[in-house]
Amino acid sequence: MTRLTIEDLKKIKEKQKSTFALREGGYRAKITVHMGTCGIAAGAREVMTTLLDEITKAHVEDVITTTSGCAGLCAREPMVTVEIYNKAPVKYGDLNSEKMQEIFKEHVLGGNPVEKYALVIGSETTY
Amino acid sequence: MKDLSLHILDIAENSINAGASEIRIKIVEDTRENILSVEIGDNGKGMDKETIRKVYDPFFTTKECKRTGLGIPLLAQSAKECNGDLTIKTERGKGTTITACFQYDHIDRKPLGDIESSLIVLIVSHPQIDFIFEHRRNDSTYILNTAEIKKDLDEIPITSPEVIKFIKDDIKTWLINTNNMLK
Ligand SMILES: Nc1ncnc2c1ncn2[C@@H]1O[C@H](COP(=O)(O)OP(=O)(O)O)[C@@H](O)[C@H]1O
Ligand SMILES: [Mg+2]
Repeated sequence: MTRLTIEDLKKIKEKQKSTFALREGGYRAKITVHMGTCGIAAGAREVMTTLLDEITKAHVEDVITTTSGCAGLCAREPMVTVEIYNKAPVKYGDLNSEKMQEIFKEHVLGGNPVEKYALVIGSETTY
Repeated sequence: MKDLSLHILDIAENSINAGASEIRIKIVEDTRENILSVEIGDNGKGMDKETIRKVYDPFFTTKECKRTGLGIPLLAQSAKECNGDLTIKTERGKGTTITACFQYDHIDRKPLGDIESSLIVLIVSHPQIDFIFEHRRNDSTYILNTAEIKKDLDEIPITSPEVIKFIKDDIKTWLINTNNMLK
């Protein structure tokens, strides 16, 4: 059985010190990757893995990720919805790792939606 | 789906949608018995009779998705192509267990794929759910229980990059160390 040893735990605690400040639910951005069968078959897991790598590299602790089921737009998978606190959600489609990296830098970190990949901004459809 | 790790992710997403708080994923690779089996069990809401009957029908879904077909029928098809089968055990209010088995050395058997990535995606996206992952390769068994890890971690979130790296490396190391057991 995999258990964290005291030594592992010490190391992790040392490296994660800054995270303690974060309140439960106190996040600035929530990113939902559509993980239905159609999304997974189209590459959603890879998009999610890229996103997790970007979050780690950027050392941001106020961004959370989750998954959702099929949204009915199977032809545009992989799809991701980015919700920045107090801003209209943006739904992106036809994604891959490179586009995900771009969206993370521009939108999640920079605050500017990447319109060329957006399918829906707020309640407005852009495709 | 190009490999079994993607099927596992897909089937586990069903469990999440069924409101499970605990999901058990068990992989067995037994080259002596020439069998590979994958089992995903949950304590979610279970299926009613109508759903069970329809789940065996490849044209059924409770959602609209016509492009790739459905998760359970797809896995059933993958299993049948390799002299295997898929079984569903489900009880309303108790949970569901889906088991797929394959002839290990069948030429059409999909590779296991990137198991650790599927697990990490599940754990990070649903930290409140307890995942119990068990993987056996002949005589060697690996077990990871996120409920135990969360207890050990105390106030550190299981989604922390350092914790995720630990879990990923732990699984990878075991996989590398047991590769020669399958010969
Ligand atoms: N673990 C589960 N618990 C309860 N119901 C489930 C579970 N897995 C599947 N189902 C039911 O079976 C249906 C078919 O599942 P699936 O073949 O994966 O297709 P889809 O998820 O696209 O509907 C689901 O819509 C759901 O109603
Ligand atoms: Mg499904």
